[in-house]
Amino acid sequence: MTIMNSETQTNSLTSSETKDKLVEVKNLKKYFPVKGGILKRTIGHVKAVEDVTLSIYQGETLGLVGESGSGKSTLGRLILKLLNPTEGRIIFNGKDITSYSQRKIRPYRKNMQMIYQDPYSSLNPRMSVGDLIEEPLILHDRLTKKERQNRVIELLGTVGLGEDTRFKYPHEFSGGQRQRIGIARALSPRPALVIGDEPVSLLDVSVQSQVLHLMSELQIKLNLTYLFISHDLSVVKHMCDRIAVMYLGRIAEMAPKHSLYKEPLHPYTKALIASVPGVDRKREKVKLERNMPSPSNPPSGCPFHTRCPESHNRCTIERPELKNMGNDHYVACHLYTEYDVQR
Amino acid sequence: MEHAPYKMQKGHSLLTLATKRFLKNKLALIGIIILVFFTFIAIFAPFLTTHDPTKHDLLNVMARPNAENWLGTDSSGRDNFARFVYGSRVTLLIGFLSMFCVIIVGVILGSLAGYYGGLVDGIIMRAADIVLTLPFLLFVLTIIAIIQNITIPLFVLVIAATNWPNTTRILRGTFLSLREMDFILSARSAGCSDWRIITKHFLPNAVGPIIVNATILMASMIILESALSFVGFGIPQPTPTWGNMVNEARSMRVLTGAPEAWVPPGLAILLTVLAINFIGDGLRDAFDPKSNK
Repeated sequence: MTIMNSETQTNSLTSSETKDKLVEVKNLKKYFPVKGGILKRTIGHVKAVEDVTLSIYQGETLGLVGESGSGKSTLGRLILKLLNPTEGRIIFNGKDITSYSQRKIRPYRKNMQMIYQDPYSSLNPRMSVGDLIEEPLILHDRLTKKERQNRVIELLGTVGLGEDTRFKYPHEFSGGQRQRIGIARALSPRPALVIGDEPVSLLDVSVQSQVLHLMSELQIKLNLTYLFISHDLSVVKHMCDRIAVMYLGRIAEMAPKHSLYKEPLHPYTKALIASVPGVDRKREKVKLERNMPSPSNPPSGCPFHTRCPESHNRCTIERPELKNMGNDHYVACHLYTEYDVQR
Repeated sequence: MEHAPYKMQKGHSLLTLATKRFLKNKLALIGIIILVFFTFIAIFAPFLTTHDPTKHDLLNVMARPNAENWLGTDSSGRDNFARFVYGSRVTLLIGFLSMFCVIIVGVILGSLAGYYGGLVDGIIMRAADIVLTLPFLLFVLTIIAIIQNITIPLFVLVIAATNWPNTTRILRGTFLSLREMDFILSARSAGCSDWRIITKHFLPNAVGPIIVNATILMASMIILESALSFVGFGIPQPTPTWGNMVNEARSMRVLTGAPEAWVPPGLAILLTVLAINFIGDGLRDAFDPKSNK
């Protein structure tokens, strides 16, 4: 499969075009100013998210993978407008919400919710479980007290907790149970998009799979769209339909799950997949040298060239754009030219 | 803690749980009893003594305790027991009102500074710094000297104007540390307004520091009033306060010869301050849902 024939290509393109885009992110950038000196002047920027363009389709799970510091959490928060982007556009359900103020965005928050990484700090310790789950309902839905109570009980049931738990406080639960409460809270306003910011990375492995199963179940039941942020490729493999690999604030590769795992193109993706521990692996081992460069001073050219085993001259000078390799497979690497798949 | 066994608790609001925990705290209960006792004295003062605490009787000065004047009389012939009883009104009122004013100002300014940060924070904290650089006692004495005829509301205002920076700083610090918690982000992503985030998510988590600060404040305000009265800058005579009763003990004759004149108010100040501190500790523990005492 060296050269894709153009017919399948157009087919694959149209197939993705016809699916409804729930979220469209265009050339999104987020720079955090670095202040220093006596006068606290801006002396530089941490380029957390650098020119990211992607779409999340209705009903799918898009995985966002990357090392810590690659900007994946920032991207998630930008999409929810918890942070204001420096540049670029965010289109949610056909509406450009980029320039909405925090006040104006409030009614839309109903449609997009987040599950947080840390089940210990993401639940207000002073609120009972019932109040926590009820809060989004108070804010967004005109329901009577009784109706809200019923919905809380129903939600607790959906995430596998008894109805009596609503009188308890978060500290009375274990990490996995807390994450279930977090999920119930996120689902209570009936969102369309749920962003999971490493929702299982702090849980025990045995509990991880329970929570992941719950999330998959709920996705089908409630027709949810997930953006699943994780650094764990095995977790992402389990959950996602498509996967975007981020490196230093940029997307290095984006592809449907199977083609990404079967034929990773970007050297970084190859290294990531090779790093997943496992037995009987025939794939060549690609080891990454050195650490990720600082996002406040990213390398010239390809951001990955400092660690890339296959880097050449061009990589240090020219930054590769994200290229469509057909079949929804995108890669930003000079080793490949558009529509031409090499391995 | 993760798998700590928990008893089934049904339908307990935060308040009932807090009350329950508070009642289990013995020291706090003792504190409550003492405070209730003095409050009772303050409220029912007219029933406890028939003497007018401000009425001079120059024919009966420096009397020793007797059936008529249970604690004797002071150098102007005013009944010490009546002054003690009515003094509790003024002292407790000053302590409570000053604490209340300082906490209100401190919570509002501290919340604004901690929540909004940036310019708002800068302005509030610089103002706090300016007030803090003024030598406190000197500042209060100067203001009181300028106003001359100090009344209770004025006294409370002066104290509030000079004491808000500490509370503000504590609140701001608490807010800054809470701001990094995910549940604040979660509140925002749930669609909470700034007002709701501050009142429902920040402030309940700042209850501990606020209460501790409030009790320390009330106690120190009572002490401050006594101290100012002692140097003659408190609520002026003839209004009785525990502070200016102790002031009488500046004369050697009273200090050595008439302990009944200054020991009761001195002891009352000590007990009240202690009681308030116990209550403060108890309340802080009671409002912490993690404490399982």
